[in-house]
Amino acid sequence: MADFNVNTREVGSVRVIELKGYLDAHTAPELENTFNSLINDANFKVVVNFNSLKYISSAGLGVFMAYVETMRENSGDIKFTNMNKDVYNIFDLLGFPMLYEFFEDEDLAIQKFNNSL
Amino acid sequence: MNKELVIKSTTDNLARVRDFITSTAKDVGFNNETVGEMVLAVDEACTNVIKHAYKYSPDRTITVNIEFVDGKFRISITDNGIHFNPSTVPDPDIKVYHKEKRTGGLGMFLMKKLMDEVSYNTLNEDRNQVILVKYLN
Repeated sequence: MADFNVNTREVGSVRVIELKGYLDAHTAPELENTFNSLINDANFKVVVNFNSLKYISSAGLGVFMAYVETMRENSGDIKFTNMNKDVYNIFDLLGFPMLYEFFEDEDLAIQKFNNSL
Repeated sequence: MNKELVIKSTTDNLARVRDFITSTAKDVGFNNETVGEMVLAVDEACTNVIKHAYKYSPDRTITVNIEFVDGKFRISITDNGIHFNPSTVPDPDIKVYHKEKRTGGLGMFLMKKLMDEVSYNTLNEDRNQVILVKYLN
């Protein structure tokens, strides 16, 4: 059984999603649920912190692709932070860096949201 | 060397497949980076079988076989679900995909990028097989 955990934190008007463990086709629905509840509560500014994520497959990447337009249509976005090299390489292979913002650190991504107010 | 893992077609078994590839590939001497590439490619192949060939029906069978001969690490993933023609699946255009919220074909594209060779076969008795190859240098 894949070990995976999603935790959501509030930092001002931004919601930070912390991912832990293995994000694959089995665990991706859990992340979809998180995005659905954020949208239901009209939270569109999302930072995803990958610090504790060990593994991602295309099922995981597909979740971000499915939700990012909704966030952007509502003056929000999905920004990525604290990604290890292996996980970043998969995003890079699929061309994500030309469509998403990646930050070394969570604070920088939150700052970017706050500066664009 | 020849090793085989047979699993039921449910996504909770993906972790078992990843462990099987990791331990076998490490045993024959692949480095961590290459092991990671193979693990992801096989995960994508099995996910595609569960999703597309078996349409999430949970009691079907997927056979993962590993053969290692003369530096050639050959992984075959076999199912007896719905057949598909891989040549009809184009490489994804990521910008178009975002606009249309499409995600199909990402796994096949990753497999191609991560492995040295990828091929698709139809065996008798209506079985489908994906073969993924990596060479140990």
